[in-house]
Amino acid sequence: MADNAEILSGLAEIVEEVAGIDTAEVTREKSFVDDLDIDSLSMVEIAVQAEDKFGAKIPDDQLAELKTVGDAVDFIAKHQ
Amino acid sequence: MRLPDTTAGARILGIGSIQPDHVVTNADLEKRVETDDAWIRSRVGIAERRIADAETSLPDLAVEAGKAALKDAAFDPAELDAVVVATCTMPNPIPNAAAQVATGVGAAGVAAFDVNAACAGFCYGLGVAADMVRAGTARHVLVIGAEKLSDWIDWDDRSTCIIFADAAGAAVVGPAATGDEVGVGPVAWGSAGDRADAIRILGDTTNKLHQEGQAVFRWATTAVAPVALDAVERAGLTPADVDVLIPHQANLRIVEAIAKKLRQKGAREDMVVADDIVHSGNTSSASIPMALDHMRAAGRVRSGDVLLLVGFGAGLSYAGQVVVCP
Ligand SMILES: CC(C)(COP(=O)(O)OP(=O)(O)OC[C@H]1O[C@@H](n2cnc3c(N)ncnc32)[C@H](O)[C@@H]1OP(=O)(O)O)[C@@H](O)C(=O)NCCC(=O)NCCS
Repeated sequence: MADNAEILSGLAEIVEEVAGIDTAEVTREKSFVDDLDIDSLSMVEIAVQAEDKFGAKIPDDQLAELKTVGDAVDFIAKHQ
Repeated sequence: MRLPDTTAGARILGIGSIQPDHVVTNADLEKRVETDDAWIRSRVGIAERRIADAETSLPDLAVEAGKAALKDAAFDPAELDAVVVATCTMPNPIPNAAAQVATGVGAAGVAAFDVNAACAGFCYGLGVAADMVRAGTARHVLVIGAEKLSDWIDWDDRSTCIIFADAAGAAVVGPAATGDEVGVGPVAWGSAGDRADAIRILGDTTNKLHQEGQAVFRWATTAVAPVALDAVERAGLTPADVDVLIPHQANLRIVEAIAKKLRQKGAREDMVVADDIVHSGNTSSASIPMALDHMRAAGRVRSGDVLLLVGFGAGLSYAGQVVVCP
């Protein structure tokens, strides 16, 4: 199981791959939509890759609740 | 008992398509629902779509596309043995479209039936037609994907009215010229009936199309590329052999996601990827043959190119095959 730091860096790589955002920008307090300019469809692609990488199921209705990078890291940590 | 003479391979002899004249731009939709051009372009990749008028029926569109394909193939409609219409938007369950369309294109009396596999319909119809030709059930089959989605859209629902449109596209399928030629590869197809609710025409009085947008997006961006790869493998090819990728034009973001996955599996960077949705919208079963027709007219696809077709949509249903451009 990945710890929170590993999840954060793994998630940052996925965000970079899907949305072309530098991994250094992907920090806990950032909002996906407002700060990183990631839309709901890119979020779906990020969720799919995160599921593969961390073995955590992220259903569509839960996905909408993950506003910040930190929210996503905590959700993955809890459900992996 | 005896069986008809069989043929080793089938191929596409000609293609054609038709769109209504009336263009609906994103700016037009802005006047009707709370949306904007930038949002539509970035989420679905559509700039404009074509919508048929009340006088134009779905069979009318199908006949026009069928005639265009017959002309392209320089094929006499009287020589057709069957007409298959892939559609999910006929106004009523009966009559079907195909019988009237057969009459309309000048092939009155031939075997004629509809296939409903929604946006996968053209690839289903093409797969069946190629197998009919190979089995000797028919020598020449006209396959048409035709939709008048505008009849089934709630024009006040911004989650669907921005996406769907009307059109028809067609192909004439016949026996390969030589014994070892394969012009239509084996179909890779399937369904996911546990997801029947994901895209449906509501059974209530509104009778309008409804979809779980994000669930469909998730499915299409994950489940479709493997189907396309399966079709390539069944044809005895590798992804690098594909010159042109023509996925169903559901959403440009889905098209791009499928192309990206195929490139990760060895498809070439210079593989041409259909983007007909930009000016045509999502026309369900018509989108693949129409995209091919438009790309060929624009010189982006040439005769002999290896094309990878993959359709996917309501059902959920999916189908793909490799074909050689006529
Ligand atoms: C339909 C689709 C474009 C909707 O995109 P989405 O990102 O899932 O949209 P959502 O409903 O989550 O809405 C996201 C935001 O955009 C807004 N929005 C939705 N539709 C909008 C529109 N037409 N114009 C402007 N804004 C819109 C929403 O209000 C929401 O804003 P909010 O987050 O501030 O509340 C997308 O899901 C899709 O294309 N899915 C695939 C469907 C498909 O291809 N079907 C055919 C298969 S054959």
